[in-house]
Amino acid sequence: MATKEYSFYPGCSSQEGASSSNYLKSVQSMCDVLDIKLNVIPDWNCCSASIGYCGGGELPRLALSARNIALSEQHNAGQDIVATCAACWLATKETQERLDDDAGLMEETNVALAEAGLKLENKSKIRHMVEVLIEDIGFEEMGKHVTKPLDGIKIAGYVGCQTNRPFGIEGESFENPKYLDKFIETMGAEPVENYDKKVSCCGGALAFSEPEKSQALIKDIIEAAYDGGADMIVTPCPVCQMNVEVYQDKINAKYGTKFNIPVTYYSTLMSVAYGKNGKESGLNGQIIKAKQLEAIASK
Amino acid sequence: MADEMKIGAYICKGCGIGERLDAGQLEMTATRDGKAKVCQQHDFLCSEAGVKMIQDDIDNEGVNHVVIAACSRRAKTEAFNFENVTLSRANLREGVIWVRPDTDDQQETTQEMADDYIRMACAESKFMHIPASSGQQSVNKNILIAGGGVSGMTAAIEASKAGYPCTIVEKTAALGGATAQLYKKIPTKAPYTDPEDNGVAELIAAVEADSNITVCLNSTLTKTAGAPGRFEADISTESGSTETKPFGAIVQASGFTPYDANQLPEFSYGKNKDVVTQAELEALAITANGGAIKRPSDGKEVQSVLFIQCAGQRSKKEGHLEHCSGYCCNASIKQAMYFKDQNADVDTTVLYTDLRTPGAGGENFYRSGQNKGITFRKGVASEVADGANPTVKFKDLILDEDLEQEVDLVVLATGMVANAGEPTREQITISENEAKEAGNEYKVSVESILNLDYRQGKDVPHMGNGFADSHFICFPYETQRTGIYTAGPTRRPMDSQQAMDDAMGAAMKAIAATENSGLGKAAHPRVADLSFPSVRLEGCTQCKRCTVECPFGAIDEDERGFPQFNESRCRRCGTCMGACPVRVISFENYSIDTVGQQLKAVDIPDEFDEKPRMLVLACENDAYPALDMAAQNKLEYSAFVRVIPVRCLGSVSLSWITDSLNSGYDGIMLMGCPSGDDYQCHFVKGSLMAQERMSKVGDTLESLSLEKERVQTFEISITDIHKVPKIINDMADTIEQIGMSPFKF
Amino acid sequence: MSDLSSKLNTGMVEKYRNNFLKEVEANVEEGDWVKMCMQCGVCSGSCPLGAHWDHPPQELFMMIRAGKRDEVLQSTSMWMCTSCYNCIVRCPRELPITHIMHGLAHYATRLGIEPKGQPTRQFAQLFWDNLAKHGRVNELWLGVNLYFMNGIVEGIKVALGMAGIGLGMLKSGRLSLKELIGGHTVKDKKGFHAMIKKAQELEAARVDGSN
Repeated sequence: MATKEYSFYPGCSSQEGASSSNYLKSVQSMCDVLDIKLNVIPDWNCCSASIGYCGGGELPRLALSARNIALSEQHNAGQDIVATCAACWLATKETQERLDDDAGLMEETNVALAEAGLKLENKSKIRHMVEVLIEDIGFEEMGKHVTKPLDGIKIAGYVGCQTNRPFGIEGESFENPKYLDKFIETMGAEPVENYDKKVSCCGGALAFSEPEKSQALIKDIIEAAYDGGADMIVTPCPVCQMNVEVYQDKINAKYGTKFNIPVTYYSTLMSVAYGKNGKESGLNGQIIKAKQLEAIASK
Repeated sequence: MADEMKIGAYICKGCGIGERLDAGQLEMTATRDGKAKVCQQHDFLCSEAGVKMIQDDIDNEGVNHVVIAACSRRAKTEAFNFENVTLSRANLREGVIWVRPDTDDQQETTQEMADDYIRMACAESKFMHIPASSGQQSVNKNILIAGGGVSGMTAAIEASKAGYPCTIVEKTAALGGATAQLYKKIPTKAPYTDPEDNGVAELIAAVEADSNITVCLNSTLTKTAGAPGRFEADISTESGSTETKPFGAIVQASGFTPYDANQLPEFSYGKNKDVVTQAELEALAITANGGAIKRPSDGKEVQSVLFIQCAGQRSKKEGHLEHCSGYCCNASIKQAMYFKDQNADVDTTVLYTDLRTPGAGGENFYRSGQNKGITFRKGVASEVADGANPTVKFKDLILDEDLEQEVDLVVLATGMVANAGEPTREQITISENEAKEAGNEYKVSVESILNLDYRQGKDVPHMGNGFADSHFICFPYETQRTGIYTAGPTRRPMDSQQAMDDAMGAAMKAIAATENSGLGKAAHPRVADLSFPSVRLEGCTQCKRCTVECPFGAIDEDERGFPQFNESRCRRCGTCMGACPVRVISFENYSIDTVGQQLKAVDIPDEFDEKPRMLVLACENDAYPALDMAAQNKLEYSAFVRVIPVRCLGSVSLSWITDSLNSGYDGIMLMGCPSGDDYQCHFVKGSLMAQERMSKVGDTLESLSLEKERVQTFEISITDIHKVPKIINDMADTIEQIGMSPFKF
Repeated sequence: MSDLSSKLNTGMVEKYRNNFLKEVEANVEEGDWVKMCMQCGVCSGSCPLGAHWDHPPQELFMMIRAGKRDEVLQSTSMWMCTSCYNCIVRCPRELPITHIMHGLAHYATRLGIEPKGQPTRQFAQLFWDNLAKHGRVNELWLGVNLYFMNGIVEGIKVALGMAGIGLGMLKSGRLSLKELIGGHTVKDKKGFHAMIKKAQELEAARVDGSN
């Protein structure tokens, strides 16, 4: 198969020394195996995620994503824009939709973009990495590259919110999407059936501002994974990954639980199953070490 | 009947019957025990060749009583359809092989089951006769329509299009009914966003242009006698002249009366002129004719209006209506649009508890109202304070606050009271007795619509909240009087479009009734059944139970108190047969004997054989299909049960129960439809009657020193597929516990 | 800014006098949809932090229609939105509820009548300031600012409480002290800032200028 090329929007959290830099690492290893080439959008900016609304009005926020799309259209012409972060994907896709629906906003956005010497066509397809994997590569092809099946690991596929709503993945339901379980299965691991908190909210950005309320949500997400017999949790979203992984000690202290469950990305699983080593798979980025994956990676 | 009876039994070996059962043995049972003169086996009886084999025997061998031992009587009815013979079915597939495990140790009891069904079918066959015409039939294609509103006019136009002449009897001086009083109506066409012209003028023009439709204005029905196919109606005018005309069927489209808002003093109705009903607002809108609507008190252009939904309805308060009238939410949205479309700045509020907008476009219409800026508040009004402007006091249920709003005009969404005529004679008697006990006099306060000359009352029975409905899901438009069909708000609350749709259905039912009665065939649900009840008057004790218990008012009494059957009013349920204590009522193809001889034909093993026998009498409409479907799902049940389908549990004679107990059956199960307010009985009250009668079986059991668990009645819906095998198996367990019946000989 | 916003607030009250719904329709992101709510309550029942809202979305919509301006705009409710989008996908009327909540929060901020001490409001403002400055989010500064937003003493307490997490992030290479100096940024800062400024001006003209 020929190399597949995409215009890549990595997003703030994947930058070096940022909270999901390990996500990017594993994505790169995975893409390397699947012959996917990611062309980073030059000089991309923050999408303002879903928390920029206080300071940023509608138009300034739309301008942010519009700038990224315009830069992509200028430098990576004809390529679909791909994001690995749920919030980046969502904000960009929302911008495209809103501007498509409202000619007035589109015009004003272009006036603002002109200040940065840019013009928006708004024609690029905006996609999440998992869409690319499912639709352009396919589960069968993904399975073919597995050299170290993740035998004997039981995994709760935690889809979370923003990869799932409001857009979601084509053909999946909002209440019980199945694709993450299929990823897990394809890599040779066993998904937790009927994972109760699969699409529940982890608190998102409110994990910072409302820690107690958010940690109560996170506690339920982890508890349900344990109830399903999970050895680890896997997610497609950087905020989900961080929230579910890093607060386990705090939750244990407050609720008397003994949580210590690793939380990784789907791309971490794929990287390891494709035979990449721990570093290439971003395993050193785990705060709670994914020991079973480490063992397979070092085999 | 003059011919000698000759039973031909035909055993199918298809669908696995041949592999599971000993066909030779079955043939021997048919000829030896069943006395079949002819008996043949076939590998595929419902095939063309199989059917031809039977037809040849009918044509050449003189077979006139056919017994088919194959699948359920509900299967392959088109293949097994022979003229001028009686037909019995032994259910070897759904009744035997599909409900029994295919194992060697079960083979003996499974074969016994099949042998018994052969014996039963032959026994039934022996006592069946080919129904002959009653001679009462006559075809009359004329349809009488009571009511000239949009329902009545639509029924007339539709029936006329199909070639059935109609006569509309309208009480007032003009056609059009309630819809003619509307400025505009709720939209009936996509996109369902704006009110529509009421369309009455076009309907009236169509009626007047139709030479097949006769209109009698200022007229009422002062007497309606007869039965489907031969109704005689007295049409009397206001001026006093009466004309009697014959009809085949009747559509009752007598509409509704608006609820009397004077019963709502808390809303200052009658005190404050600016508190009006929806009907009164229509009049104001007609006067305004597209201009600003002016309020009644001082003619001021209305700047703010509040609609109180459910005024005097959906409430258990004395004098209020319990039901939802269904149309009023849409009507308020429409009326708020009268204001908004004229001037978007008029403040319109709809105060509702549950906004209900039925119909295909209801939701779109609601959205359109929201788009036009109508404010919808979920809340309950407690009071409208009188004043220069009425002030509505209400509780907002979302904000949980007690609030007030002063407006120019208040509109009360009051509901519909059905024009359904008088209660039944039985209900009137009850009310009279109650009044007498309280020292009062009871007077029927409503006018009769049909003035039926029936023993059981002047109008069709009402179902819930005074509406002349029957069971819409199972029997749309049917009333409890055959050949009389209701349409529009007399049947249940609805808007004008729904009423017009309703009228088409009722017209079709009326057409079918004229045709069926002309042929002597039953109406729904035993469509095309030619049998009818006959009575041996010499044995009759004039106890009147048949006339009282008939759910359809089919039986009158002559001057000596003997029952008079009106064949075309009859639905052939057999409730009269079940009611008769002296067993003088029967049908040619369904009688005390056709069932009684079946249960006696079952081979009852000796008490010490440890093979009990249980009898199921199953309603053919729901319980029997449920058993069939259980079999299709291969759900097993006891091999000791024998099932006999009955037309209705109401037709079950107590003699069958006594005979079974005397014959040594260990348990009896009666399976009928759910009864009560949400009854599913296809004959309205058959299952209820059966339950009442069975409550008296206890005495019989006691006199025989038998346990009461041996006879049980169950309510079965057609969907109770998993329940029926369990009931049977539970009874088998019960018998194992309490032991075998001592009455085995 | 606060003088400006207070003037704007007074102006809006004057302009829409009795009709808060119209004010929302004209000035709040996706505010046009508010009138289409049918009060079923599915949004409120679907919200992960539903129990913590003074007024769940359904109620806010009714309050807007009932003209409860101050109670809506000064409410902490919409600041409880986690942007999980459950309400959006479940709303039978397809209202963009999440966006309306964001829009109400922003509008209240613009008018200067938002609940000042509300932690999510503070965090959201920090986030915006952080990204608007460099074009990309600087997670370390964001965190530092967050912990000290309620003053030095409180901040040290919070920061100590979070130290374990920060340490874990540092060790795993997911937090870098390099961010304290320099850190990630867009290259075309000039163009970026000009674009944001223009977008803000255009929006202000639409909302504020309609006085």
